[in-house]
Amino acid sequence: MSNSTVTATGTATESGIPHIDSIVRTLKLGFSRIGYELKLYFRQGDSVFFSFLFPILMLAVFAVAFSSAGNIGTRPDGTGGITFAAYYLPGMVAAGMLLSGVQNLGVDIAGEKGNGTLKRLAGSPLPVISYFIGKIGMVLVSAVFQAILLLLVARIAFNVELPTDPNKWWLFAWVFLLGVITSCVLGIALSALPRSGKSATAVVIPIVLLLQFISGVYLQFSMLPDWLQNFASIFPLKWMAQGMRAVFLPDSFKAVEQTGTWDLGWVAIVMLIWFVVGLLLCKLTFRWIRKDT
Amino acid sequence: MNETDPVVSVRDLRKTYGKVVGLDGVSLEIHRGETFAMLGPNGAGKSTTIEILEGYRDRTGGEAKVLGVDPQTGGIDWKARLGIVLQNTGESGDVTVTEQLTHFAGYYENPRNVQEVIEAVGLTEKAKARIAKLSGGQRRRVDVALGIIGRPRLLFLDEPTTGFDPEARRQFWGLIESLKAEGTTILLTTHYLDEAAHLADRAAVINHGKIVALGKIDEIGGKDARVPLVKWRASGEAKQQRTQKPAELVAKLQKEFGGEPEGLEVIRPSLEDIYLELVGVNSHSVANEDASNLVEVSI
Repeated sequence: MSNSTVTATGTATESGIPHIDSIVRTLKLGFSRIGYELKLYFRQGDSVFFSFLFPILMLAVFAVAFSSAGNIGTRPDGTGGITFAAYYLPGMVAAGMLLSGVQNLGVDIAGEKGNGTLKRLAGSPLPVISYFIGKIGMVLVSAVFQAILLLLVARIAFNVELPTDPNKWWLFAWVFLLGVITSCVLGIALSALPRSGKSATAVVIPIVLLLQFISGVYLQFSMLPDWLQNFASIFPLKWMAQGMRAVFLPDSFKAVEQTGTWDLGWVAIVMLIWFVVGLLLCKLTFRWIRKDT
Repeated sequence: MNETDPVVSVRDLRKTYGKVVGLDGVSLEIHRGETFAMLGPNGAGKSTTIEILEGYRDRTGGEAKVLGVDPQTGGIDWKARLGIVLQNTGESGDVTVTEQLTHFAGYYENPRNVQEVIEAVGLTEKAKARIAKLSGGQRRRVDVALGIIGRPRLLFLDEPTTGFDPEARRQFWGLIESLKAEGTTILLTTHYLDEAAHLADRAAVINHGKIVALGKIDEIGGKDARVPLVKWRASGEAKQQRTQKPAELVAKLQKEFGGEPEGLEVIRPSLEDIYLELVGVNSHSVANEDASNLVEVSI
């Protein structure tokens, strides 16, 4: 199957086959795929439960487990401290971004490869790009719902104060959008790794779990040894979490970051690099089917 | 591509998997409006051939054109004119029959009416059921519905009725006949010889990666393979004779017996008999005579 999606092959036109392939059609089908994918996503109960509610459940677990531990980051004069729920919120937002993209799509697409969905699409006139748009759109919509639910739970159940400064919400918007889309392309690229749909979770989950532990999602990043902090800084999750800390934590907390600042420039650069790397990997590894297997 | 050009044209098609030869020089042409059946035992090369033509596999050698395009380079426009019903599908199926068909209809410029297609495949009562909840045969009909929703010029049917009950099979044949009547060109593989005999205009029998017979359904295998067989009983003993003139033989028998011969049967070898002979001879290299004996026994 050719991967050409935007341009028609000259031979096709010469053969008297009507020319229908166009960018407009690719986008139109991409948007129609988003609706279709969302329908499928919310109809599979188990996947929704685990990846959609996971960050919310984890926030609840941490908030309840440390509820008697008092505040964190309190100054000697007793001010500036926040609850553990507030402290864990940015990490959980970042985990949600990573899981929605990498884990969801990595497992989902590997499964579709295994059960014949991709083989059917390979024989249909659906452009690969439309399929990607459908997947990324589905993840974006579900990730937005997930984040809203997470923030509502944090606010209402755990009394976490959310930012009121519009600048913080702009920051939230771009870190979130860039992070989720980067996670999506990495998830699509990762789906090439499992040899079968059944082994997909076994391949993908350890990767995202490990990343969450070393990137400041479950464990306080500043408590990790320097070499591990440096190692984690190679990967995008550390930067997603840092960006979200910049949104949700008081400014006083930036003192414990590696450089003593939020490093928002690096947050953007590292995520952009991974986005480009992910795109290249998709281009190199994604095939509807592996011919001759 | 002109009106008169073949829809499918294959010359000396070869496919090897490492040292294993899958296809060893297959040549055939399928013309506009024709229904062409590919017959052969499992592993003979039917699916390899059809998957090369669908663009799912690359050939090792030879030439192939489908709708005038090399299937290895076929793009979106090309795929929009094909209908593909794969051998097996196992999608999760969390959408309803109507939703699935409506979604796929959107991929094509001039799709068929979704409700009409659902009716044509006999799933009207299941239109709002999730595909996951359907029986195997019903899911197969969804596959067929997806194959025809885009009004294809060429329809590939890879063992479409496997798992159908006899009634569903008859219904399916009716559907294929109506597609034929609309001028759809069809390439069919099947294990059911009666199905090929019923639906196809021409057929190829493929074995060990080679075409061992190709022709019109009522001519395939040659004249000799179609010599009618007369069976009767004489004083309790079973007798049989192959003859081009069965009526003459029956008349002679009637004279001999002075009336109705006991257990009289005149059998014209069915496509299945001829097929078994073709495949049997080639797969076991049995001498011709032995093979025809085998066929006679099986009759």
